Amino acid sequence: MNHPSLSPSPLAPRSLYSRLGTTGLVYVALVVILAVSAALVSAQGASLFTPANTVDLLARSSLLGFLAIGMTLVILCRSLDLSVGYVAALSTVVAATVMAGEPERMLLGVGAALGVCALVGLANGIVVTKLRVNPFIATLGMGLIIKGYLDTNFQGPAGEIPAAFQLFGYTRFGLLPLSAVVMLVLAAAAVWMLARTRLGHHMYAVGGDAEVARLSGVRVAAPVVTAHVLCSVLAGVAGLLLAARFGTGNALVYDNGYELEAIAAVVLGGTYLLGGRGGVAGTIAGVFILATLDTVFNVLAVDPFVKDVLRGTIVIAAVALYARGQLSRAAVRVRFPSGGRPPPEESPGPPDGGGPSAPEPAVGGTR
Amino acid sequence: MSTDRPTAKHAGPRRDPWSFLAGGTGTVALLLVVIFAVIATQNPSFFEGPPLMAFARMAAPLVLLAIGQYFVIVSGEFDLSVGSLVGAQVVIAARLIDGDEARTLPVMGLMIVFGLAVGLVNGLVTTVLKVPSIITTLGTMLILFGAVRYWTGGAPTGALSESFRLPGRGGIEGVPYLGQLPYALIIAAVAAVAAVWLMRSSYGRCLMATGDNDVAAAFSGVRVWRVRTTAFVLSGFMASVAAVLIGGFSGVTAQVGDGMEFTAITAVVLGGVLLGGGRGTVVAAVLGALALEALFTLFTQLYLPATIQPTVQGLIIIAAVAYASRRGDLRLPERLRRRPGPPTEHPLGTSRR
Repeated sequence: MNHPSLSPSPLAPRSLYSRLGTTGLVYVALVVILAVSAALVSAQGASLFTPANTVDLLARSSLLGFLAIGMTLVILCRSLDLSVGYVAALSTVVAATVMAGEPERMLLGVGAALGVCALVGLANGIVVTKLRVNPFIATLGMGLIIKGYLDTNFQGPAGEIPAAFQLFGYTRFGLLPLSAVVMLVLAAAAVWMLARTRLGHHMYAVGGDAEVARLSGVRVAAPVVTAHVLCSVLAGVAGLLLAARFGTGNALVYDNGYELEAIAAVVLGGTYLLGGRGGVAGTIAGVFILATLDTVFNVLAVDPFVKDVLRGTIVIAAVALYARGQLSRAAVRVRFPSGGRPPPEESPGPPDGGGPSAPEPAVGGTR
Repeated sequence: MSTDRPTAKHAGPRRDPWSFLAGGTGTVALLLVVIFAVIATQNPSFFEGPPLMAFARMAAPLVLLAIGQYFVIVSGEFDLSVGSLVGAQVVIAARLIDGDEARTLPVMGLMIVFGLAVGLVNGLVTTVLKVPSIITTLGTMLILFGAVRYWTGGAPTGALSESFRLPGRGGIEGVPYLGQLPYALIIAAVAAVAAVWLMRSSYGRCLMATGDNDVAAAFSGVRVWRVRTTAFVLSGFMASVAAVLIGGFSGVTAQVGDGMEFTAITAVVLGGVLLGGGRGTVVAAVLGALALEALFTLFTQLYLPATIQPTVQGLIIIAAVAYASRRGDLRLPERLRRRPGPPTEHPLGTSRR
């Protein structure tokens, strides 16, 4: 594959260009994979884009999408969340037991599930930032804690999801499942948040370099804790979707390895594992790539065990290809797309959250 | 890491009086003593030779995995593939040996070669292709998991031979007081001593330097890619030996090895070894593995429901690491405190480039 980002000279980073190149590359890969898959499938005398397959693809990507959007936020802050699978399982159980099959308790169930998940995320964030526990260990430990709770208290299916809420899992607008719409709306909100709000810029700043962010006046803990809370809440939404599809709470969904799949999607989408670079748009492409692979494997009736082998190979190969592009040092500078641009008029430093940018216009304005 | 002060174990300057306690070794040794003391109050006969040897036999595989994982973690990377590598090895052994005594040694040799090869692939993909090790080894984990199940058709087939099971089950009989001295204990002890020796050799110094700061290590003449790849190969080797012990001890099931990578990482981290590399000792990793296994034994003795064990395990890891990082923060040398990206803050095994 040809990487446009290999060419820029290290001294004059054309940040907007290489940033587009980064995410664009992932979308190019998505299109290539879709094309190759379609060709492969049609060679077998079937079609990839039948309504059933398209719905299947979108439904798969919505579940993984919820998890991966949250994971992107956390990874951008140079953290990690290995507990999302367990949080999703917890969410199915809480939602199903609170709703107990009664439609009028739907809102209560959703609120309870997401509230519990938010608390878990808050705990994750506080343990990571205040107790300074490595996020890998903190969230792995949190996952184990939840697993122990679920295993002890819920041996089998628990609670019941009312039919009205099961619509969340099955409603479709044409080919577009409701869950995929919700996922895309949340993704758009996350993209907007990262690009336009102070919180988003702080996330990039803290993930890129916590010490520099602190010296620039950013409260380092706040974005990290917020990212963890959002990540857990999104995992909770994924759990609600699972509960809506199953019609009951199922604690055992944590066995599906969602957290690792979400990390794979994030990395596939071009987000740098050490934080500070990347974005949700790329992640969505990563999610669609993984979902496409799954759908194609299903259509081609690939042995489920071979599926794992292929998935592992493809993820490694894709990240290896992507890593070649990242070798160019210019990529380091795309962290603040506007920071590298000389004209101060247009963007007086949104990444810095206002603090250091204030003197600039003041000097220009008073004279 | 300087080589001319052999007494200061990878510690910063002027920390010698505290270095034993400040590195995780003292903490985890204390934790181990406390757990053993609690076990002793519950079951006074635990220290009477045979039960202790049974404990050692059970703990040996985790000790081996922790040593292998230590090499990788201290170099700043991760190996998530060891669990499925152990599983794959046991299943491969059962299928190839199929109860035939004569095939035992060749198959054991093949397992070792296979483990080395998996480690080599992990290492080369991570270092040469620059894939973050969490992704590399996650991919290897999926590949091994799928490939072995595809090969055996979903359920493990065949059987292990008696002589294959000897290292995991047998021992030297008739030792006074202890009764039977398990081979597993001997193997683990030899591996631990060899690992300590290795970390004091020039390779170990290079490994530590690479984990601490790979750029500085590269400028000092360390071949970073080779050092890291070797660490992965060592991890694959340890996983193969552990697979022989585990296969011998508990036999062949489809679930063998499940989740062991996280248990091994937990053990290493419990020993105060920093994720991100550059700090911690092998002894601490071994003690961490023993402490974790002792904890599991304690759970069994307290008749805790097996399902609550993960919760306690999770709480203990978080508490242990929170405690360790609190001390680490107080004692961090000035150099690391000022630097924006000290190795302590690397959340994932990834070479900084």
